[in-house]
Amino acid sequence: MKFAVTVCVLGTIFVLACEREQRDLQFPSEDTRRVPMIPVTDFHAGGSPPPPPVVKSPFEDNAYAMSEGKRLYSWYNCVGCHAHGGGGIGPALMDSTWIYGGRPEQIYASIVQGRPNGMPSFGQRLDDADRWRLVAYVQSMSGHVSSDAAPGRDDAMQTTVPESRRAQQPILFTGSQP
Amino acid sequence: MNMQSMLAPAGLQAAAIERLWWIFLIVTSLVFVAVIVALVAAIVRRNRDGGPSDRAAFRGVAAAVIATAVTLIGLITVDAFTARKLASLETDDRMVVNITGRQWWWDIEYQHPLPSMRVRTANELRLPVGRVVQINLQSADVIHSFWVPALHGKRDVIPGHANEIWLKADTPGRYRGQCAEFCGLQHAHMALTVIVEPQDKFAEWIAAQRQLGPSDASEQAARGRQIVERGPCSTCHTVRGTDAGGRVGPDLTHVSARQTIAAGTLPTSRENLRKWIDNPQHVKPGVRMPALGLSRDDIDAVVAYLGGTQ
Repeated sequence: MKFAVTVCVLGTIFVLACEREQRDLQFPSEDTRRVPMIPVTDFHAGGSPPPPPVVKSPFEDNAYAMSEGKRLYSWYNCVGCHAHGGGGIGPALMDSTWIYGGRPEQIYASIVQGRPNGMPSFGQRLDDADRWRLVAYVQSMSGHVSSDAAPGRDDAMQTTVPESRRAQQPILFTGSQP
Repeated sequence: MNMQSMLAPAGLQAAAIERLWWIFLIVTSLVFVAVIVALVAAIVRRNRDGGPSDRAAFRGVAAAVIATAVTLIGLITVDAFTARKLASLETDDRMVVNITGRQWWWDIEYQHPLPSMRVRTANELRLPVGRVVQINLQSADVIHSFWVPALHGKRDVIPGHANEIWLKADTPGRYRGQCAEFCGLQHAHMALTVIVEPQDKFAEWIAAQRQLGPSDASEQAARGRQIVERGPCSTCHTVRGTDAGGRVGPDLTHVSARQTIAAGTLPTSRENLRKWIDNPQHVKPGVRMPALGLSRDDIDAVVAYLGGTQ
């Protein structure tokens, strides 16, 4: 009996872990340079809110994509302005303040289109999979992914709390530079 | 021709390592045979007339211990002389090359006091024959190991730790090197081609490498250059003399002059470049370069620009 329970529990854990590290090397590489209209805020004037756009992250809670995103974050020099989440020249990414929205599709749009006051447009510069990997990682910086998928350590010396142990920050729209 | 064997040395140090290897092989083989013979003799002669006397047993054991000690000291002495030989090259009159191990390719930079005279290339190390070369080894990610069996032993490439290896190649030729420390998915496709050539040919080659990027004379090549500069290529790659200045992928300025692409995975040809750009993940699954989704026309234009005349 005890043995059967152990096998069941271990088996369940084993199966649950299946998709955590799914490595989709053949990411569909369609031309996605045009981004659908994505609202950068939840505020809207009158009537019922518009339907949410149909853009969905292909890498939600994918540990491999997040760790790749973490690598790309320094490769593509996001670090240069946003530092390791604390911000500097650019706004912080590990807090709850989002000027242009903190949902995955909004982060995606900010990366692709660029934003005023210095954020360049990376639409022409990154392929679609890399953008979404960056989105997945940026989400993990403020605890918006499940903690078993977020990166647990840095490759270099650890200077901050690992992404996997960060508390989820609320998403506050400020709509302007704070 | 494409030699990757420490038994075919092309340099002083590899020759010393090869000699050491043969000495060890012969001595240890003799020891092995002697031990087996003694063992068989002991089994065959067991219990004959009540075994050896204490005195004879003592003599036998003493002889074995002395033989072992002598052999060991002999091998250690030979080893020490080999190590001295390996370290004998260090001199001020040397050429300095920085090599950075990356997943999964070798980033090579020929040093020069003038920054504009430095040459950055990838996966193909050209060396002048008879010249002492100091190679500084660094890693950008995980532990790799630099190993060109025809020239020297292995030297680990460790992140955050500066390592160096000194080489002198005495025989012109083409030698294969390989990452010798498991470093991830495409470790097996992390090869290094070493081409040893006469001094004048090397000087010619490095002068050509110092030239700026490929010509964009034809209309197609001009469009290719535009795609490389403004498209996703420049995020990671450098083409000297253009706006493309990414530092995380191989320098593509003279990619068509190299014999292989993707760290020895494919021989350089227009067809292979096309295949590679179209879907790197198909050629070398897991490689850091993503499939970019460029159209057939765009790929042809990029290949017309970077691919040279092959």
